[in-house]
Amino acid sequence: MLYAILCYNNEDVVCAWSKEQDDEVMARLQVVTGKLRDQGRLGPVARLMPTTAATTLRKTNDEPLVIDGPFAETKEQFLGFYVVDCASLDDAVDVARELADANPGGGSYELRPIGAFFPGKEAA
Amino acid sequence: MTDPAWINTALSSARPQAVAALLRYFRNLDTAEEAFQEACLRALRSWPEKGPPRDPAAWLIFVGRNSGIDAARRQSKQAPLPAEELVSDLEDAEANIAERLDGQHYRDDILRLLFICCHPDLPATQQVALALRIVSGLSVKQIARAFLVGESAMEQRITRAKARIANADVPFEAPGPVERSERVAAVLAMVYLVFNEGYSAGATEIANRAPLCEEAIRLARLLLRLFQTEPEVMGLTALLLLQHARAAARFDANGELVLMDDQDRTLWNKALIDEGLALIDKAMRHRRPGPYQIQSAIAALHARAAKPEDTDWAEIDLLYSVLESMTPSPVVTLNRAVAFAKLRGPEAALKLIEPLAPKLSGYFHFFGVKGGLLMQLGRTDEAREAFDRAIALANTAAEAAHIRMHLDRLSVPSPTPVKAPAKAPSRQLQ
Repeated sequence: MLYAILCYNNEDVVCAWSKEQDDEVMARLQVVTGKLRDQGRLGPVARLMPTTAATTLRKTNDEPLVIDGPFAETKEQFLGFYVVDCASLDDAVDVARELADANPGGGSYELRPIGAFFPGKEAA
Repeated sequence: MTDPAWINTALSSARPQAVAALLRYFRNLDTAEEAFQEACLRALRSWPEKGPPRDPAAWLIFVGRNSGIDAARRQSKQAPLPAEELVSDLEDAEANIAERLDGQHYRDDILRLLFICCHPDLPATQQVALALRIVSGLSVKQIARAFLVGESAMEQRITRAKARIANADVPFEAPGPVERSERVAAVLAMVYLVFNEGYSAGATEIANRAPLCEEAIRLARLLLRLFQTEPEVMGLTALLLLQHARAAARFDANGELVLMDDQDRTLWNKALIDEGLALIDKAMRHRRPGPYQIQSAIAALHARAAKPEDTDWAEIDLLYSVLESMTPSPVVTLNRAVAFAKLRGPEAALKLIEPLAPKLSGYFHFFGVKGGLLMQLGRTDEAREAFDRAIALANTAAEAAHIRMHLDRLSVPSPTPVKAPAKAPSRQLQ
């Protein structure tokens, strides 16, 4: 089954990383994703810009509202996701655990089985 | 992650929120700062063992508040409270305080802190020093180095600023809407000033001053989080991101300033540019233009040009004319002259800047631009004269060296037409 592994962390902390620290984390995460890719299990991966760059469109009874900012103000923000083919939930938890180990500090990973998947055309 | 470098990053990222909340408790900058320092010391002792807490800011606020209260008790010669006992029981207390820190408190605390640092009674130099010390947590030594003054002079500047705040009867309640928008404008100006201090540094000073650019971007993001729907805050943040994106290309291996036309654009930081462009897009939707948005839109046109010749000078000229009408200033007109020269030739640009001479007679960039235009027109004697004036007025060694390079070119009779220096007069065009 395909799982979306959604990454949440405090973006204040992530934004405070020095370039060296950021590069270090990315290199460690790429070890994890590289393994998954070699096994043919890795789907799209995205790292999102800070929530200050986000815009939310909220449906109303009338015209939808376009609001600056993320969908919700939370202590940890949605910062990125991985799509991974996992044999079981245990397997997905293991992948998330590896990602968590590669990543310093706090944060959370939400494991969401994917209901329908449309990979689309990969953007440049 | 229990590595000291990561712990330091966690501490510094929690700093604005923690100091701001401690200021709410203690209503005194020094006490709040000391309480935060104490909390950091305890964090450095406890986090490597136990791992960082889930919410570092809440932990620091809780521990800082206790140690502050403890210190006050000690001072009033009462028996000290066994603070460690409280600390050991932190999990529940932390969850509790984290709950109360959500939303409105967070916003009000940080605003209060920023407003205090940008108090109208303080001159700009003190505002900047205070914000870098209190909000960003730079050491006095770092700030002194960045501003090229002695450590004790900077210490004094900060002490004086704090004394003024203490005497100014600063209200701790959030100000009303009108005052608030004025104060926000002051905070934006302070952030821009911090950035420019870093940006205008020469190559030799860059190691000491470049952190100012990053601090300014952090402060801008902090502000943007508080004012998510303010297009000018988006504009300022975008402006800083777009300018900082060019940092790696602005000096060559010898520390000489490289003008935008000659920069290796592959060295520009694409992630920063993309974020800047995204923020401008958001700001534009509000249809409430302001000076920071216009300047960031100009920076965006440069960022979007893969090659110098792709630059949309007509649009840049138009944006400068809007900026001129919004904030009339000879410096803005001087900036416009660069676009003007590209569009209509050096003669027209020279005509545009001639009336500025009386107002800009002490301004390095005026003579740099003027010399460049005269050089393009082949009026070498006048160009040399303008460049000489520019060197006399240069703010950094890199600026002087750059003009000297033009002078050298002038003295060598060159068979090919002299390359136009297209000297960018303002920092944002460099």
